[in-house]
Amino acid sequence: MNDFINSVENPVERFLRTDRMPHIWCPGCGIGTTVNCFARALIESKIDLQSLALVSGIGCTGRVAGYVKLDSFHTTHGRAIPFATGLKLANPKLNVVVYSGDGDLSAIGGNHLIHAARRNIDLKVICVNNLIYAMTGGQTAPTTPGHAITSTAPYGSYEPAFNLPHLVEAAGAVYVARWTTFHVRQLARSIAEVFQKKGFGFIEVISPCPTLYQRRNRLGDGLDTMKYYKEKSKVRHGAPTNEVGLTMTGEIIVGKFVDRDRPDYQTLMRTQLSESLGERFVESAEMVCS
Amino acid sequence: MGVPVAKGRVSIIVERCKSCGFCVEFCPTKVLALSSAFNSKGYHPPHVVEPEKCSGCDLCGMYCPDFAIYATKIAPPKEAARES
Repeated sequence: MNDFINSVENPVERFLRTDRMPHIWCPGCGIGTTVNCFARALIESKIDLQSLALVSGIGCTGRVAGYVKLDSFHTTHGRAIPFATGLKLANPKLNVVVYSGDGDLSAIGGNHLIHAARRNIDLKVICVNNLIYAMTGGQTAPTTPGHAITSTAPYGSYEPAFNLPHLVEAAGAVYVARWTTFHVRQLARSIAEVFQKKGFGFIEVISPCPTLYQRRNRLGDGLDTMKYYKEKSKVRHGAPTNEVGLTMTGEIIVGKFVDRDRPDYQTLMRTQLSESLGERFVESAEMVCS
Repeated sequence: MGVPVAKGRVSIIVERCKSCGFCVEFCPTKVLALSSAFNSKGYHPPHVVEPEKCSGCDLCGMYCPDFAIYATKIAPPKEAARES
């Protein structure tokens, strides 16, 4: 991190399309903070930006693809992971990051999420979880905790919510962590760490949505939510993921829950095909058009 | 001579600020406060109230969702003199 100590401009500036600033995210929204941490993780991990691609879906977090000065693509709703899978398979040397929201990844893209984790495709998924469908007006999402008031549940939501770390761990992810937008340093370190892992890495970031979630539930503004994260979050590395479910005002368990090794999709494919095809198998990396 | 304390300087890009107050709240040495002045979008950007307290840790820069603030470390005067 010593690179920018004597710099005269904002260290994250070179990762951003500054001509598109100010961005559309509301005052108090945490998505900008996560992008900030992501940019600092890129500085820290000294990753080659030419070998990095960022894919995002639809929603508030989906806008990240338009604000970062990287090779990025803003896909259709829920299809960030399928697009990223294709990108990774066609060009295995790329580091592919999927940066999307909870609604995009776990609702319409839920099937893709669990199957990408099952196949253990080498993708780094950053899921910004604001507990609601924010861009479309605050409808109940699969991650909305019980009793929360949303525009489609004016008397309180009664659906059981998804516990995303538990879901992706059960499906087979090799790296699962959760942080909130309050834990900026830990989040940046976690993102830098997931780049070192081979396989499906999943980082959930709990973020405030002051305009729709916090306002309807009378939980204050973005700053009040950050204070709540500071007060109520507990770092428990390696916590069993079935115990880390979220409630509306309860404790938030954060930390690195899973860090294990499994052969990734391309390794498995190469092993199986060279076993059954022998010399007829041509390495896919050699066929890549650059 | 005591232990030299790290010194820093805060830079604020006023026009990007949306006055969420994250930097003011989470600054470890409480260098900042929201000002009463407006930027062109009608938000109150932060201003530096205690510049000598800044350690240049750049935590304000990490928290800022709008990339509107950052802190840089200033080399201690003794070292700076030796360098020049």
